Amino acid sequence: MGSMRMNQAIATALAEEMRENSSVIVMGEDVADAGGPFKTSEGLLKEFGPKRVRDTPISEMGFTGAAVGAAALGLRPVVEIMFVEFLGVALDAVVTEAAKFRYLSQGQVSCPMVVRASIGSGLGFGCQHSQTLENWVAATPGLKVACPSDPQSAYGLLKAAIRDPDPVIFLEPRALYASRGEVVTGPDGLLELGRARIAREGTKATVVTLGRTTSLTRAAAQQANLDIEIIDLLSLVPWDVKTVCASVKRTGRLVVIEEAPHSGGWGSEIISTITAQAFASLDAAPFRITAPDVPVPYQRDLEALYLPSESEIVRQLESYLVTGVVPQPWWTQEGIAR
Amino acid sequence: MSTPIDLTGVDRETALRLYRQVVRLRRFEDKVYQLFLKGELPGTVHQYQGQEAVAVGVCEALAADDWITSTHRPHGHAIAKGVSMRAAMAELYGKATGCCGGKGGSMHLGDPDVGMVPAIAIVAGGVSVVSGMGLAFKLQKSGQVAACFFGEGATNEGAFHEGLNFSAVQKLPIVYVCENNLYGASTAYHLTTLVPEVTERVKAYGIPAISVDGMDPVAVRAAMQQAREHAASGHGPMLIEAKTYRFAGHSRGDARKYRGREEEDTWKELDPITRMRDAILARDPADEQAITQIDAEIETELDDAVEFARQSPLPDATLAFTDVYADPFPIPSVVGERS
Ligand SMILES: Cc1ncc(C[n+]2csc(CCOP(=O)(O)OP(=O)(O)O)c2C)c(N)n1
Repeated sequence: MGSMRMNQAIATALAEEMRENSSVIVMGEDVADAGGPFKTSEGLLKEFGPKRVRDTPISEMGFTGAAVGAAALGLRPVVEIMFVEFLGVALDAVVTEAAKFRYLSQGQVSCPMVVRASIGSGLGFGCQHSQTLENWVAATPGLKVACPSDPQSAYGLLKAAIRDPDPVIFLEPRALYASRGEVVTGPDGLLELGRARIAREGTKATVVTLGRTTSLTRAAAQQANLDIEIIDLLSLVPWDVKTVCASVKRTGRLVVIEEAPHSGGWGSEIISTITAQAFASLDAAPFRITAPDVPVPYQRDLEALYLPSESEIVRQLESYLVTGVVPQPWWTQEGIAR
Repeated sequence: MSTPIDLTGVDRETALRLYRQVVRLRRFEDKVYQLFLKGELPGTVHQYQGQEAVAVGVCEALAADDWITSTHRPHGHAIAKGVSMRAAMAELYGKATGCCGGKGGSMHLGDPDVGMVPAIAIVAGGVSVVSGMGLAFKLQKSGQVAACFFGEGATNEGAFHEGLNFSAVQKLPIVYVCENNLYGASTAYHLTTLVPEVTERVKAYGIPAISVDGMDPVAVRAAMQQAREHAASGHGPMLIEAKTYRFAGHSRGDARKYRGREEEDTWKELDPITRMRDAILARDPADEQAITQIDAEIETELDDAVEFARQSPLPDATLAFTDVYADPFPIPSVVGERS
């Protein structure tokens, strides 16, 4: 147990898993000598040497493909895609190869690999370095998708991802790398993929969050004293239907908060599943708080507006809790977007 | 000691213009650095100090209606191609008067009016896109050429190889400009590449390539004139490898632990500004006055750009929604209804 930043929690999890299992290797751009662009692999080169901690050329397709082959033949590679956008040039290896090997080989060839990538807006990096893109991968059977929301979950989930027998896409909100928290290490700190956690208990609505939206929603709830139950999903594929469903049966209402654009978001999946399974318990229409359907703008205020902000979350939840009516998102108001 | 820049065949006016451009790019970056440290600019910046001769030499040899593609490090390319300091600075401030209206930021400077698509911040992203620009020029028989800037690090991306082969086999009017500054972020090129001469690597695609002193705007300009001529006359693409160095870190907050201060000092002796000034004065000491005047004019231009950016209005929220599509944006109806 100790206080650490999220990037340190990630480095700690990597180091522990590498100690535990000699087939775990780490590859990526500037991950070895420099300790990672976000300092998520600091100390690994020193402890494990260049055979297991590899700086790659700027070749995401090359090293992600290599990870697939290495995983198929017994290694457990963890690759780092610096910004999730760069997964664009490596998507074939992940979606079309890694996700299909087990299926095609009738279970004989698996791909126990982890693709780590930083995600999210809020740092003023502009539209090619600010997306979350979890929806790209969540729709591919054969891939698992996890997304921590703080140092503890980064530690516990990453370890679970590395131990998992299947390819896991591990999406790290980059705005949280520097955030600090207590981390329980060792077996007690381990989390399970596919298991959500209740981040705040409450009775008037179930609010499902993922990654960055968890702390934003928690802050919103505290600030406005909202009686909501926050469920931090942690895993998107598979997601914890049981926990969400049980909560909705208690609260009677469901809201999903996503950082990604509105159309095509995973929140719709959650709402449709829960509506089917808990229809009788719902006393209001479920809805989603999302980003609008636009690329992430650069300018500070516009970017702050883009991400579902704390104040926007408060505004929408307060209105919903009082009226039971799905509120208007900010961008459909005052003729902002026509 | 560095070799002096050779001004043979370069008239006085051109020499002074090259000097002016190199200094404009440098002073812009120095100012941006200060503003960053002061916290006036959000995000991050990838700076161009040291590499100015490349953008300046290349853009001097391009026609006004030729196009360029750029990278995550676009400030120098943009200003050299004709984006005003005002429009560039305002963009860094996220202002509505910026060249992307405040929606792009440092990594996406560009302006179609000067022949520059918004910079592409995905390494090697421009290398495949530029093929299509060349294809358009060829089909339109326009006589234009597209120049594609990228760093040596980009040559290890698949897009680089696919893009080069495509445009070679289609004989497209493109000049690839590889700015070899020895490092891709924190990693030295020779540690990730067994054939670190880019000119050697592209021979495999049948693309003629020349290596040039990327700290010398006159030499870069001459190489670019030759390459542009080659590309424009239907012989297909050509590549220039400019050997250069970035004086600053890769991006904000890079402590440059991966390279020695001695190496940095050696390259700083090749500073294109000092060398250009020395060459001009060696030819005619009386140009001291012209140089002083240019320096002063640039300070005025720069102060004006910063003032303009500071005073400019912020984009309003409606702007985030314009230009996602050609047509007005269809909002999915997410507003609820009472049962
Ligand atoms: C596809 C992709 N991978 C990685 C990055 C992150 N990145 C940005 S710049 C850079 C180094 C690029 O080196 P080089 O191409 O030599 O250009 P330089 O930075 O030296 O100008 C890297 C790895 C990126 N933007 N895009």
